[in-house]
Amino acid sequence: MPSDPPIKSEDRPDRGIGGQARSGDRGMTGLVIGINPLISWIRRNIMELKEVIFIMIALTTVVSGWLVVSLKNIIHSAFALLVTFFGVGGLFVYVGADFLAATQILIYIGGVMILVLFAIMLSEGVYNISLFHRARVLPALLVLGALPYILFRVIMEASWHVRSGAGGEEVMGGNTTQTIGGLLLGEYLLPFEVISVLLLSALVGSVVLIRKEVGKRRGKAA
Amino acid sequence: MNIISLQSYLIISALLFSFGLFAIITRKNAISVLLGFELIMNAAGLNFAAFSHFSDSVIHGQVFTIFIIALAAAESAVILALIISVYQKMDTVQIDEIDSLKG
Repeated sequence: MPSDPPIKSEDRPDRGIGGQARSGDRGMTGLVIGINPLISWIRRNIMELKEVIFIMIALTTVVSGWLVVSLKNIIHSAFALLVTFFGVGGLFVYVGADFLAATQILIYIGGVMILVLFAIMLSEGVYNISLFHRARVLPALLVLGALPYILFRVIMEASWHVRSGAGGEEVMGGNTTQTIGGLLLGEYLLPFEVISVLLLSALVGSVVLIRKEVGKRRGKAA
Repeated sequence: MNIISLQSYLIISALLFSFGLFAIITRKNAISVLLGFELIMNAAGLNFAAFSHFSDSVIHGQVFTIFIIALAAAESAVILALIISVYQKMDTVQIDEIDSLKG
């Protein structure tokens, strides 16, 4: 934590403040005295600092998720989706899923976002105004109003089975990467192989979808 | 009450899911629909990770989140290939203008 050394070095000068403040750096000392209670408060409530960061990440995720669906310029909403991916990665960290957070950054931001941006550039213009279906506003508002309400009711009233000691201070110990590797090649070997076949077929399929058109166009030109 | 709880994770992913569904319903541009689809996939993965942390001692849920990420990547690659292919054929990606199957 970068804020640690200033506190320790300032605890002692606090005592000898009468000698030091007269010697000139009064503004510096005043600044440090002003910051000191804040830092010690944060240190006392270190759990709350963690929660504050959690709330900030959650708010970033939700707000940028809303921007994805509400912005008019499609490239802006693509970048808002990038922020959402980062936020979800941070939320993964809070449930002790470090490997998932890294995978989220690598796959979504490194892969999917690049694909989406390429598709936006290769297809229609960036600024198209008529984004929303006028006729579908009513069912959409129904979805946006009723669905979260029902889900909140269910989430708040259901009695979830929560493992004792989960959440809060205890972070899941150990190496999740090792455990996930063991599970992928042990218990989940069949889904793993199916996923790899699916990835291969998606690769071949997308190449075929794009390539056919190019071949035809070249045939026309020739 | 602890803020970092299962309920707050479920609420976040419920919101993301609703936003994604809203985008799929209202958007005209096919790529925007794909963005809403990605939001829904992220919400599902977040739910799996949260449940695996809060109510399971082994991290089976995280493995499923990896499967979801792989599925979403493969599907978005295919969908984007389809969108570009449709754009080359019909010169539009507005989904209400792609109606050549309509009688």
